[in-house]
Amino acid sequence: MRRARTWLPGLLLVTPSIILIGVFVYGMLGWNVRLAMTDKHDEVSEGEFVGLQNFVDIWDQPRWHLSVNHAIVFTVVFVLGALLLGWLLAFLMEKGIKGEGTFRAIYLFPMAISFVATGIVWRWLMNSGTEERAVGLNRLFDWIGLPQWQWFRDPDWGMAAMALPAIWQMSGYVMALFLAGFRGVPEELREAARVDGCNEWGVYRYVVLPLLRPVTLSALIILGHISLKVFDLIVAVSGKQIITDVPAVFMWVAVFDSHDPAKGATIASYIVVSVAIFVIPYLIWSVRKERRS
Amino acid sequence: MRRWLATVSISIVSVLGLVACGGGGDGQASQAPAADGGKKQVEVFSWWTGPGEADGLQAMKKIFEQQNPDYTFFDAAVAGGSGDKAKALLASKLQADTPPDTFQGHAGAELQGYIKAGDLEDLTFLYDELKLKDVFPSQLIDQISVDGKIYSVPVNIHRSNVLWYNPAVLKEAGVAAAPKTVEEFIADLEKVKATGKIPLSIGSEWTATHLLENVLLGTLGTDAYNALFKPGADWNSPQVTTALQNFAKIMTYAGDPQDDWQPAAKQVADGEAAFNIMGDWAYGYFHNPPEGGLGKTSKKDFDWAPAPGTEGTYLWLSDSFTLPKGAKNRDGAIAWLKVAAGKEGQDAFNPLKGSIPARKDADQSLYKDYLADALKDWSSNKLAGSIQHGVSVNQPWLAAINEAVGLYIAGKDVKALQQGLADAATSNAQ
Repeated sequence: MRRARTWLPGLLLVTPSIILIGVFVYGMLGWNVRLAMTDKHDEVSEGEFVGLQNFVDIWDQPRWHLSVNHAIVFTVVFVLGALLLGWLLAFLMEKGIKGEGTFRAIYLFPMAISFVATGIVWRWLMNSGTEERAVGLNRLFDWIGLPQWQWFRDPDWGMAAMALPAIWQMSGYVMALFLAGFRGVPEELREAARVDGCNEWGVYRYVVLPLLRPVTLSALIILGHISLKVFDLIVAVSGKQIITDVPAVFMWVAVFDSHDPAKGATIASYIVVSVAIFVIPYLIWSVRKERRS
Repeated sequence: MRRWLATVSISIVSVLGLVACGGGGDGQASQAPAADGGKKQVEVFSWWTGPGEADGLQAMKKIFEQQNPDYTFFDAAVAGGSGDKAKALLASKLQADTPPDTFQGHAGAELQGYIKAGDLEDLTFLYDELKLKDVFPSQLIDQISVDGKIYSVPVNIHRSNVLWYNPAVLKEAGVAAAPKTVEEFIADLEKVKATGKIPLSIGSEWTATHLLENVLLGTLGTDAYNALFKPGADWNSPQVTTALQNFAKIMTYAGDPQDDWQPAAKQVADGEAAFNIMGDWAYGYFHNPPEGGLGKTSKKDFDWAPAPGTEGTYLWLSDSFTLPKGAKNRDGAIAWLKVAAGKEGQDAFNPLKGSIPARKDADQSLYKDYLADALKDWSSNKLAGSIQHGVSVNQPWLAAINEAVGLYIAGKDVKALQQGLADAATSNAQ
């Protein structure tokens, strides 16, 4: 009885959320995977179990290859872009700029906006009209004599352009993460390095950066999973067009336009798996670290 | 002890919270069509929220409430062009067995999915009661019947195969009249290109599918086009190859894709582009005063002709209303369908919406300018059903066609386009 007293209250407190997460996250996840393994290719059929058939078949579809390629390009450009820009902003901020609080707020503000609002503004900014029909960025580029672009409508680099609004929105957040990381590096360590004859670049290269590895990893994972699931930004900028197709948009089309639940569930499962590739190693790593300390 | 009490009460409250969440959904769903001052509501689900179309809906509402003092009209419209958001919401409503009393859908194959799922009631009884088979063109009845049954009441008719052009730009390029054939069209596009204007304006990807259906009809002719949607049709034929090559050729003259059909149409009105192929809803956009349109003068700022090679054929589409099984207010829904099918309702709705009535006995004096032309052609032309607007192909088939066209725009591969269209037909034709 005495023992029960120590663990029972805690258990009672977390039970509701365990039930919620169990039903609405893991239960739904399991239901989705089961659906993906059936041949329920329209809303009315019963759906016989077909194993991994759908997971294999989808690789025969040219659109799937296109949307996976798009997701990869988008992820690489967005994650690297946001990390670099966020790091750079944090670096400048850390050098003791005047009015740091104001700048920090300015760079963090885009985070408060939804991807949909960002997308609608950037759709106009990245309008592909050129010369006398140019608006937004192309008009600006026209004035200052830079070449004008097709932006997200470019068949090869469209997805890289699509990553720009995402970088704009998330780099402030990355900056905040890095800034906290920079502040966490004890001043004594830097001074010790300087005393040993290290120049300012070396201090960052050999002392600060290695200590920022955990922050970089968290930023990478947060950005990575946002990027692989991206849907709202793409739909707000270009709608459901193939030229900017990503797996999440393809999934939406499969369920609501093609009326093919099994295909939609298959794509959803692939999205979960791709996110898991990012998240699970991180979880393992953090559990191990906790045990060690 | 006190800690225990607190723990238990927090747990109970959160569990109760969960239960309340579960109940909340149902509560909301039943709230909308609730009774209002003794009158029963009829929930009419549509995607008519834009200028013109919303006014037309209001006009029909007025007639409905005059004729049916016991019912009030509940407008459950969801914004979004061609109803893609509305259809997604509708799908979840039908899945949850809480259908609206009546919903809008494009007449024809678009409704097949709902019919197969057993969501719709057969309306043959209403057609018999109102003798609708006598007032709608028989070809229209044929093209919307499924196994001899009819599941919707068409309110209006739109035309897909309209070539809109800017007379001044054509004159500048030395094009005397609107092109009659696809070959002439390509030659004219070339002439416009030489002047530096945009030969053909285009919008987002669905407008390319819209263009494709017009080029298919213009190249193949009406009978061969209609045959494409019969079971076992041959999409790999050399005729289709020719049509797709024409499509590819025409696409090379297209300007930068605009965000949607309106900015593309505007390029023609503003004299930046020469041609645009778009449905006749563009007329309202060109012609209406500036709140909802561009306020342009017809025949001077813009002009129209049947899309190249399609003269004598009406590539049609139609908005229609249905009777979902399990509608809460079935009698009210039938009363609405009677207004939607009736002469008075259609003549009130269509001049405002910028479409023509499906009925043959409409009051011709209400339809002016473009609509007068359309009304004349509707009664004399052969009919062909639109692809993009849900007449000839069901929703999965359309999604597959849009996919093939989108992949074509990304990769410019005509052979892959034809293969994609052929695969779409074999897996979806029925």
